[in-house]
Amino acid sequence: MELTGAEIAIRCLQEEGVEYVFGYPGGAVLFIYDALFNQEQIKHVLVRHEQAAVHAADGYSRSTDKVGVALVTSGPGVTNAVTGIATAYMDSIPMVVISGQVPTSYIGEDAFQEVDTVGITRPCVKHNFLVKDVKDIAITLKKAFYLAKSGRPGPVLVDIPKDVSNQKTEFNYPSTVNIRSYNPDKHGDVGQIKRAAQLLIEAKRPMIYAGGGIVLADAAKPLTELVRLLGAPCTNTLMGLGGYPATDNQFVGMLGMHGTYEANMAMQNCDVLLAVGARFDDRVIGNVAHFGSIPRKIIHVDIDPASISKRVKVDVPIVGDVGNVLGDMLAVLHSSKQKPDPTALAAWWKQIGEWRSRNSLAYKNSTELVKPQFVIEKLYEITHGEAFITSDVGQHQMWAAQYYKFNEPRRWINSGGLGTMGFGLPAAMGVQLAHPDATVACVTGEGSIQMNIQELSTCKQFRLPIKVIALNNRYLGMVRQWQEFFHGNRYSESYMDALPDFVKLAEAYGHVGIRVDKPSDVEGALREAFARKNDLVFMDFQTDPTENVFPMVPGGKGLSEVILAEDL
Amino acid sequence: MRHIISLLMENEAGALSRVAGLFSARGYNIESLTVAPTEDLTMSRMTIVTSGSDDVIEQIMKQLNKLIEVVAVVDLTDGEHLERELMLVKLRAVGDAREELKRMADIYRGRIIDVSDKTYTIELTGTGSKLDSFLLAIDRGLILETVRTGSSGIGRGDRILKL
Repeated sequence: MELTGAEIAIRCLQEEGVEYVFGYPGGAVLFIYDALFNQEQIKHVLVRHEQAAVHAADGYSRSTDKVGVALVTSGPGVTNAVTGIATAYMDSIPMVVISGQVPTSYIGEDAFQEVDTVGITRPCVKHNFLVKDVKDIAITLKKAFYLAKSGRPGPVLVDIPKDVSNQKTEFNYPSTVNIRSYNPDKHGDVGQIKRAAQLLIEAKRPMIYAGGGIVLADAAKPLTELVRLLGAPCTNTLMGLGGYPATDNQFVGMLGMHGTYEANMAMQNCDVLLAVGARFDDRVIGNVAHFGSIPRKIIHVDIDPASISKRVKVDVPIVGDVGNVLGDMLAVLHSSKQKPDPTALAAWWKQIGEWRSRNSLAYKNSTELVKPQFVIEKLYEITHGEAFITSDVGQHQMWAAQYYKFNEPRRWINSGGLGTMGFGLPAAMGVQLAHPDATVACVTGEGSIQMNIQELSTCKQFRLPIKVIALNNRYLGMVRQWQEFFHGNRYSESYMDALPDFVKLAEAYGHVGIRVDKPSDVEGALREAFARKNDLVFMDFQTDPTENVFPMVPGGKGLSEVILAEDL
Repeated sequence: MRHIISLLMENEAGALSRVAGLFSARGYNIESLTVAPTEDLTMSRMTIVTSGSDDVIEQIMKQLNKLIEVVAVVDLTDGEHLERELMLVKLRAVGDAREELKRMADIYRGRIIDVSDKTYTIELTGTGSKLDSFLLAIDRGLILETVRTGSSGIGRGDRILKL
């Protein structure tokens, strides 16, 4: 039987086991929406802005190991989606975005709601396609899902002109797909893995630095086993939090610009560094030359060869799926007669203990003002560290990363690479839909939340009981912090005047709002909010507007050139 | 340093813009870029002349390999290779210059492929520096128009880039 292109597209999604499509209809996707209407297997989540559709698909994907799916119309539908696509691209999130396009005969004529979608999205997708023939829809979607999930994951966009979605052909969904130009390495080179294992066994001051790749490859288990076997300290990047249990003694905290003192010092002073699924980005190691001024052997495991030796030269590059490589490395270590040197390790841990005793995350609590760090600590306690936490971007994001201890991967969901304000709430929608019975909280600020606040409406429609934890300091806090440190306290446009009454706003959307302005009310309010299992509760914490994020490695500085709270 | 990168890619719409976009997005130099389908019409062969430090060239190679439609990439400068460029040059050819220009074309093994009562159009192939040298050897005032293809490269001997 012949099906229309639109019906085929939906059938493909069904074949891929897609549960949810996040989207927004419009002229160019009317046939596809019609095909959605005539089936029940896939549920569509109607967002209030296309950016949110992509972030929701993204949050869905990050909290599971599935490919997120978004559906948007041509023109403004696509341009609105671009921020979401770029966010997913920077963090290597598997996603398929289907966009409508004007009919093929109109392409290039500046038709109504026409943009060059493939051109606009090219630099921020893993790959994209314009489907010009209905016969190509099935194979193209098959390729899209395969590309999105395999190798270094990423968003793939499929642009379908309106006429193509209405033409008919036979539907055949291929069971496999082969792309001759695309063959990602799954297994690392055995010789290199042996060299790496040898270096790690012989290390006097080993250090393991693990990033988002651990989470994406579901490799937390072999990572944990390796760290324990080597007796080495382990740090996670912002993207890798939860990749190693944060409450474990061998975990030295997050590293980087706002990482702990001990993580950054251990990173700087180790003699053998194992980097897995991480890419030495500027927010992680700061000044490359400063980092390189101390000699150390570096082993770098990554699925993407282009991530290796991009910013930092490495001694043992290993290209492959990090889970497979760590598994192979464990096998080599288990069969080796040599063991790590206990004396050297003891001395190394003594040194780390000294750095740790600086207690770099200490902050002065107050009985007058609500401290943002205190809110996160209480959030952690009350949710027993088991919640899914999404965040927006800014100070609140760093505090959440520092004070919420993630013991499991895929629990911490934030925009690390692109740093997209407005990510948190729509991402939480995707997380909540993927885990309907789980506790999901969105840690945000009064700046970020307003970048996608319209999604409170979507949350109402789909009954998503997300807990919004707004750390409201009346400032674009991270901007204000930089202005305080580097721009002579000139707070240019970082004060948020004329803020709405968030409690009333939440109520207007049909949710519950709670305002907290006293430290003594923090815990009670959080308990009350989390007891409301079926309600979205918007918590407006009026926090200390002068609080800064510490430790801080200023931009362009080296990891040991850190500013601690006690220094000021 | 100057490098000549040769690549095979799927002959699909937009493939060229993925390569060009990569170079501009990451701030790499392109001195010249040529592309045309191969004997296998599903594939295009591209030659890119670029320059950069070893680290930059390594990244360029990796980033090119990462493009989904790129089938194979090789840095021809890593070994023995041949490089040729085609130039068409239209020259003012009147009076004594007509004889002189014909002689110059012969010396450079060029061919006059079009003649009018005031002009010659000469076809010349060779390395980029040979073409440069031809232009320098001619009175600048006589050059009306030049068109160059940019370099195409191929490995010497058994060095083959094929799927």
